[in-house]
Amino acid sequence: MSDPSGSEERAQVSPGEGDARGSGEERAQVSPGEGDARDSGEERAQVSPGEGDAREKQTDPGVWRRLSPRMLLIHPIKEIGRFLPALIAVVVAGSTGGQNWWGVAAAAGAIAFGVLRWITTRYRFTPDQVQLRHGLLSTTTVSAPIDRVRSVDVTASVMHRALGLAEVQIGTGAGEKALKLDGLTSAEAAALRGDLLHRAAKATPERAVDDATAPPGDDVGETRVAAAYETEAVVYQLNPAWIRYAPFGPAGLIAALAILGVGSQFLNESGIGWGEDGLVAGAADRLAAIGVIAAVLAVLVGALVLIVVLALLGYLLAFHGFRLTRDARGGSYHVSRGLLTTRATSLEIRRLRGVEVHRHLPLRWVGGAYLSAITTGVKDDGRGMSSTLTPPSPEQVVVHTADEVLGEDLFAVPLQRHGAAAMRRRYTRAMAGAAVPAALLVVAAGIWDLPALGVCAILPLAAGVALGWSRAHWLGHAVTERFLVTRSGSIGLSTNVIERRGAVGVTVRRSFFQRRAGVATVSLATAAGNKDYPVVDLPQDQVGKLASQIVPGHIEQFLR
Amino acid sequence: MDLRPPAELVSSRARTMWAVQGVMLTAVLLIGGGVAWYFIDPDTMWKLLGIALITVVFVGTVLVAPVLRYRIHRWELTDDAVYTQRGLLTVEQRIAPISRVQTVDTERGVLERFFGLSSVTVTTASAKGELRIEGLDATVADRVVHELTVVTAASEGDAT
Repeated sequence: MSDPSGSEERAQVSPGEGDARGSGEERAQVSPGEGDARDSGEERAQVSPGEGDAREKQTDPGVWRRLSPRMLLIHPIKEIGRFLPALIAVVVAGSTGGQNWWGVAAAAGAIAFGVLRWITTRYRFTPDQVQLRHGLLSTTTVSAPIDRVRSVDVTASVMHRALGLAEVQIGTGAGEKALKLDGLTSAEAAALRGDLLHRAAKATPERAVDDATAPPGDDVGETRVAAAYETEAVVYQLNPAWIRYAPFGPAGLIAALAILGVGSQFLNESGIGWGEDGLVAGAADRLAAIGVIAAVLAVLVGALVLIVVLALLGYLLAFHGFRLTRDARGGSYHVSRGLLTTRATSLEIRRLRGVEVHRHLPLRWVGGAYLSAITTGVKDDGRGMSSTLTPPSPEQVVVHTADEVLGEDLFAVPLQRHGAAAMRRRYTRAMAGAAVPAALLVVAAGIWDLPALGVCAILPLAAGVALGWSRAHWLGHAVTERFLVTRSGSIGLSTNVIERRGAVGVTVRRSFFQRRAGVATVSLATAAGNKDYPVVDLPQDQVGKLASQIVPGHIEQFLR
Repeated sequence: MDLRPPAELVSSRARTMWAVQGVMLTAVLLIGGGVAWYFIDPDTMWKLLGIALITVVFVGTVLVAPVLRYRIHRWELTDDAVYTQRGLLTVEQRIAPISRVQTVDTERGVLERFFGLSSVTVTTASAKGELRIEGLDATVADRVVHELTVVTAASEGDAT
């Protein structure tokens, strides 16, 4: 009820007067305003019909509607893609038998299948539910209660975008399947997203809606379709130059590997392949002539260039135009991103329990970092990006974004060190790992009588010392009014900031060696993120203090 | 400041049960070794190694581990929190405020039933934060479960 003026205006969208009274109650609930729209039945008479047909259509209650007929262009192409192997088999079998019409029939079948899917798929909005029904003989109806809506994600592939369409995924919880409306117009999708998120936010009074962060005058343009986005404050906006971090970031590398996998499969199927007579075999002959070392170098450089190019491409595809905004009214963060396929996803502030700042090794060397959210009840979307708050970017920008999101200057807080025993353990553990390859090198030097190999054993040992130093350097933790900050690791360095109110328990772990060194690992157990956020190798005399900071009021009785 | 161990020990019959489990494991190994001895008849070195291995397993699981576990496995239930300690080489202490407890499960395996014991698992909203007490006397376990359910029912919130 923060801005009744806006919601009342919204309730006036139905131009057809006669039926408006009859279904007035339902309509008032489906339209983005809330309960008080019911009282504004009189105002309904003053409807301005030019308010936007998209909204009128989509919020018309109780009527089963089909998705955009433009999907008829997308469905057959998708079906053909799905049955491509079968189709090829049919066409090949048909052509050898001289019966080409088999292929035509199969294609027609695929198209008919797509049309059938469009005809049998319908959705509707009832006063408190979104329902999707599909199936010809056995109909399945999926319902999403509107007050339970947790996420509304809008995805648009290249095909969708060319036709001005989008797919809307309505999620109601971690365990449940998302309701997919594949094929609304972009305007409908955007409006629906804004409406559902705001209404879900209002249905949940305890949600943190921070009005102070909303820009002033945000309730002016409520009647427009894009109104949902006018209450948003930009927290992070990707600078195109930051693509330079792509080759060093994990997502870029993963994307590169994925593209490489698809690419090699494509090569295989297109007949160029790695076979006897293929191009690659021929190339191998030529390389052998140049010489083994040159070949190895060429392959390495080639692979490096390929990975860099693929990483850049992956970064561009996934993160182009990445924008993180805070929607104060809806109580959520919104992420929009993507070059070809665009995605708009949301994350409720109510479910946010903290952030992780990742500074993995190659990325840290070039001054980069990336940010992800610690949330409860958010299932991974399969692309491993549902919790991404920023792509790899300059460290200062990432830290600034983290401060914005948390509302506290956390990265200025000095971290507490863990003492001499913890530092020693960082070195001994790193050296124990390095000792194995070093010992192998020494043994090999003895067997083959190659003293140079024995000298090489210094390399892993030096790396071990460097790793131990680095781990000891970064290890630390801090406790503030609201948060627990833990930092550990070196190659996979990450700083985790977890809200203390999210703690559901505390775990104190001591291995045999930790007991001898007089240290313990104290973890905060939570329902969010990794479920377990450890403070590694804390001196024994500080265990009680930290534990009682994690779950205040319950630990004191168990202290010595 | 450090945590003190939880106040209560588990049932002393649990010690016997763990030792019986060790005896059973040793017996399985003995049978396996005997079969190998009879049918394959390996080198003396392998025979000695096998005997040594089975001896180590016997001493470890029957004589040493049950005593250590009995000393380590402890628990405590107060008005507002559950506190457990378990482990062998790595000792783990867990504390959960009762307001954060979600479910309380009792489990009785075949051997546990024979010895009149129960295992109680207390889960919280964190998938990695469950508290487990093994080898409780069955009547004590029932009392613990009863107390926990009464207190959890009385506490407010959804325990997340």
